[in-house]
Amino acid sequence: MSDLRDLYQELILDHTKRPRNFGQLATANRKAEGFNPLCGDRVTVHLELDGDTVREIHFEGSGCAISTASASLMTEAIKGLRVEDARALFEQVHKLVTGASGPNGGGPSLGKLVVLAGVRDYPIRVKCASLPWHTLCAALSGGDETVTTE
Amino acid sequence: MKAPRRAHPRERSSSGLDVARIRKDFPILERTIRGKPLVYINNAATTQKPRAVIDAVSRYYAHYNSNVHRGLDELTEQATEAFETARAKAQSFIGAADEREVVFVRGTTEAINLVAQSFVRPRMREGDEILITEMEHHSNIVPWQLVCEQTGARLRVLPFDERGELVLEQLDQLLTPRTRFLALAHVSNALGTVNPVGQIVDAARAAGVPVLVDGAQAAPHLRVDVRELGCDFYAFSGHKTYGPTGIGVLYGRAELLDAMPPYHGGGEMIRSVTFERTTYHDIPYKFEAGTPNTAGAIGLGAAIDYLAGIDAAALQAHEEEVLAYATEKVSEVPGVRVTGTAKEKVSIVSFVMEGVHAHDVGTILDREGVAARAGHHCAQPVMQHFGVPATTRASFGLYNTRQEVDRLIEGLHRVHEIFG
Ligand SMILES: Cc1ncc(COP(=O)(O)O)c(C=O)c1O
Repeated sequence: MSDLRDLYQELILDHTKRPRNFGQLATANRKAEGFNPLCGDRVTVHLELDGDTVREIHFEGSGCAISTASASLMTEAIKGLRVEDARALFEQVHKLVTGASGPNGGGPSLGKLVVLAGVRDYPIRVKCASLPWHTLCAALSGGDETVTTE
Repeated sequence: MKAPRRAHPRERSSSGLDVARIRKDFPILERTIRGKPLVYINNAATTQKPRAVIDAVSRYYAHYNSNVHRGLDELTEQATEAFETARAKAQSFIGAADEREVVFVRGTTEAINLVAQSFVRPRMREGDEILITEMEHHSNIVPWQLVCEQTGARLRVLPFDERGELVLEQLDQLLTPRTRFLALAHVSNALGTVNPVGQIVDAARAAGVPVLVDGAQAAPHLRVDVRELGCDFYAFSGHKTYGPTGIGVLYGRAELLDAMPPYHGGGEMIRSVTFERTTYHDIPYKFEAGTPNTAGAIGLGAAIDYLAGIDAAALQAHEEEVLAYATEKVSEVPGVRVTGTAKEKVSIVSFVMEGVHAHDVGTILDREGVAARAGHHCAQPVMQHFGVPATTRASFGLYNTRQEVDRLIEGLHRVHEIFG
């Protein structure tokens, strides 16, 4: 009973039901699409890069609670970061969701994002949480092709 | 068009099936998942195996493992005999006239690819057409798309309606003078619909179009008689019919198989080989290149025997009862919409929950010990028809009970608790 609540924490459910920074972005100058062929989740990340800084970030798509919440939380965390800090955060989140960062994982810089740690106990759901982040990386790199989780 | 012919369900009866006894035959049903008794309702993906099948496979490996058709020793003789006996069982299971019409393959997917490449591809000219339906599994779509790419042929699609029934009024118009082949599911894996195959075959034959029937989801539920259906090819998978993985059957009418070129080249399928010229073996061996899945075929034979030992009418009545109960209970859960409400269905209930993605439903059910399937079920066009990315699918087998349906429903209430 309690373990399902570890995955579906209030913060996750809140971001699923009311995703932040959802929709297109008129000022975007970078964009990437992500696709998980296993479950059909799709996400598009729109970025407005101003020099070295992510001025704005939006996402669109359809997916499960985990991928939607992960994308929504990501937009909040990334907005205003410099590109290299955004990449560093991606690395940390990746370690967090795969369990590579240890049981308490992540350290203080992750903030709210630690709620994503719940997916570690659900190996097939790890990709749901990481898809938006891989897509972010593709957008930061300026690549235009669709990234997939496979 | 004529009135629909009944799709050969096992006869109806209200007589009870001894489900408790049947459940004892399946060792896996004793296990727990996360501390809860396993509720396995993902039978359309693959069925569980009765001990008789598991034992037949291990007996083969423990006592008479050998390469079939390739030696003169006692072991080879026993293995070959068991392999060919399994073929005869498969023949009678689908009502084929002749053992030579039963080709062992890896499964439905390989059977369809074999027909696509060996029978259909050589007959196609640019602008010719292959007709399929909107409810096909990807394995009855992609092989035809490959043929279309290879030959310049065109794929046409017979749609289904909101209930998940084929729109038969459009059949005559889709069977054009360019139609060279028709392939369709006997039963849809995503919707549960039983298609009026006999009627469709009649229409195709009248138009001179050969027909392949994908029986992957029909074989475990319906009595199949390929001669009554009148189809030219029929395919099914062992693993969905309580048998092992990696084995399946392609039925083809002997005269068609005879005239077809081989699909794979290698050992077993030849009569003589020189560098100048190779002559092929007779059917079915012409299509069975290489060492076959002997254990799988023997296990499939055991599965067919197992099913034959169960009163068909009682089994059908039981599956219908579980289907009716599950449909009613699932539909009562707030926010649930059942996709696939055809009049003729096997025991598959596919549904979506408003505001909750199927994968979240699947994860929560799994934590409750309920193994159902969440996804697109390898039938993305069906998902597109209903405008959803995925559904949750409960597919029942002969060992499932109403109590297990109740466990599913409890799981769905748990989804509501969590998602509010
Ligand atoms: C209707 C249908 N056709 C074909 C297949 C493919 O069967 P296999 O994977 O055993 O080759 C399936 C399996 O999911 C199916 O449900």
